[in-house]
Amino acid sequence: MTGRAPWSAVEASRIIEEHRALDGATLPILHALQEHFGYVDSAAIGLVAEALNLSRAEIHGAVTFYHDFHGAPIDGAVLKLCRAEACQSMGCEDLVAHLADAHGIVPDVTKSGVGLHVRTVYCLGNCALSPSALLDDTPVGRLDRSRLDAIVRDSVRPQ
Amino acid sequence: MSTRVYIPCDSSALSVGADSVARAIEDAGLSRGLELTLVRNGSRGLFWLEPLVEVETPRGRIAYGPISADEVDSLFGSNFLNGGKHPKLLGDIEELPWLKQQKRLLFARCGVIDPLSIEDYRCHDGLKGLQRALEIGPKAIVEEVIGSGLRGRGGAGFPTGIKWRTVAGVQADQKYIVCNADEGDSGTFADRMLMEGDPFSLIEGMAIAALATGATKGFVYIRSEYPHAFRTFKAAIGKARMAGLLGPSMLGQGPAFDIEARLGAGAYICGEETSLLDSLEGKRGQVRAKPPLPAISGLFGKPTVINNVLSFGSTPWILTHGAKAYADYGMGRSRGTQPFQLAGNIEHGGLVELAMGITIRRLIEQFGGGTKSGRPLRAVQVGGPLGAYFPGHLLDTPLDYEAMLAAGGMLGHGGLVVFDDMVDLSRQARFAFEFCAKESCGKCTPCRIGSTRGAETVDKIIAGQDRDKNIALVRDLCEVLTDGSLCALGGLTPLPVLSALNHFSEDFAPPPVRQAAE
Repeated sequence: MTGRAPWSAVEASRIIEEHRALDGATLPILHALQEHFGYVDSAAIGLVAEALNLSRAEIHGAVTFYHDFHGAPIDGAVLKLCRAEACQSMGCEDLVAHLADAHGIVPDVTKSGVGLHVRTVYCLGNCALSPSALLDDTPVGRLDRSRLDAIVRDSVRPQ
Repeated sequence: MSTRVYIPCDSSALSVGADSVARAIEDAGLSRGLELTLVRNGSRGLFWLEPLVEVETPRGRIAYGPISADEVDSLFGSNFLNGGKHPKLLGDIEELPWLKQQKRLLFARCGVIDPLSIEDYRCHDGLKGLQRALEIGPKAIVEEVIGSGLRGRGGAGFPTGIKWRTVAGVQADQKYIVCNADEGDSGTFADRMLMEGDPFSLIEGMAIAALATGATKGFVYIRSEYPHAFRTFKAAIGKARMAGLLGPSMLGQGPAFDIEARLGAGAYICGEETSLLDSLEGKRGQVRAKPPLPAISGLFGKPTVINNVLSFGSTPWILTHGAKAYADYGMGRSRGTQPFQLAGNIEHGGLVELAMGITIRRLIEQFGGGTKSGRPLRAVQVGGPLGAYFPGHLLDTPLDYEAMLAAGGMLGHGGLVVFDDMVDLSRQARFAFEFCAKESCGKCTPCRIGSTRGAETVDKIIAGQDRDKNIALVRDLCEVLTDGSLCALGGLTPLPVLSALNHFSEDFAPPPVRQAAE
């Protein structure tokens, strides 16, 4: 889902240029940057602001408002775990407790180390097959402890 | 002749292994030298049967499900390409009572056709609505939509045709059609299913709106939690351009119209229409004060039709069959059909499109088949995270806009989340505040601050601290949120909180005094 290219201002400027003609180009540009580099580097804020003739504050405001954009590269796979009502009704909080007990992973808090970054989301639109998650771009329905264990196991990279 | 085999590429089907089933069937077909054409359709919405495999036979489309990849060999062994007997055989899909008892107007094609084949779309009544719209012209289109009684399916229930008439009546050099596909409510997935299973119906509906109002540019704002819907819809836009449905002249007969798909960035509030517009403009998704209405001054300050996926998607049917045929369904001031979504702790979850006005109980009993856990049902939350929790004795409330309002709830986007008796409604009330605090755009004080104070106060109640005083405080706070918030997030958070307090007060009782163990 996210790219791994090292930060490059030249490359960033090229990506910005590619999208700047769009109406309300801020979000498409930020998405494109994140897709390429895996995150939105703080140095990109000035470049986007200049290209769109907006203030740095406006771009910084947009980057920090939306949950999706992050300011540092993410280490490993991303598991978006749904913790909204439909998944609550099927025990997603038990899975959250299991992640902490068995693997020492607290969603949104544990940064890396196990190669899996677990993020809380509210609804993935798979509410008839709860508990639901999104592993990078792959939807996972009827998530249970053993599947979760397998996901954690598979995400551990060889030393 | 090559046999057609259907395996959904809907996200829910993918989440339980549809891709590996498709690969296994393809491989097994090749190794056996059998001729088969694999079609990746949308889902029919019978999610407990996914991955659902359908085979086209002279006796209709024969279904098998749920199928796992390691059952594929036994399917071939049972001669499934001719509809042979197998433990997972369901029979003719169209004859399953769960589907047969529905009234599928909007979802008639979903799960039936190849979502990205415009020929398939045409063969199943696609583009007839737009064709008729081109013939009758803008004024008559608006009259049809008003006459159908269609109301905003996103949840607000505002008459769609009136919105269109307002935009049509404003003079401007540029107008916009914006589709709100930021389906963030837990328990809802109808927008996603339509975009993944029948995307051209949304494109056609937006084209009809453009024709009615004189808009030339459309945007579809899809949430980033729906990567598959986004990809499918983008591909559909490309196909629609190639087919001349979008571009310099709609179907070579109408004015210019084009659509751009835009990806959200994980903010629930962007499902609120004015936040969505700000987000499309590249800003923080913060709510705007109304007036001005988006119909007068919307995207980039221009007159804008902003409707939900299901509202736009309903208009091709209305234009094809006429306003009256649509208005014949429903009750009271809620006309037409609603795609209800059965979700959460339920045995047979999925999409049930029916005339407005069915009761919660009938929907859950006739279609839902009880809880998934097998435990007694205790509460049903209707209408997403801002909807009320209904207790058993209120399940006979009809699902229509006015009846839901009268019962202290709202229909919202038509999602029903079922909970068994393990649910603790004080926790759910706390979550409603917590969710509001996390997703508040921060523009108005009641929502930004009130939600946090609400969560803290419910914590005190749960801890048994000054219970009565704190319950009174929560009720007071809810009044402030209802009356003082700028939009529905703060304004409706009191619905789940108060319904939990009113109908499940036993969950807010002080914990029993523990006896000393020794």
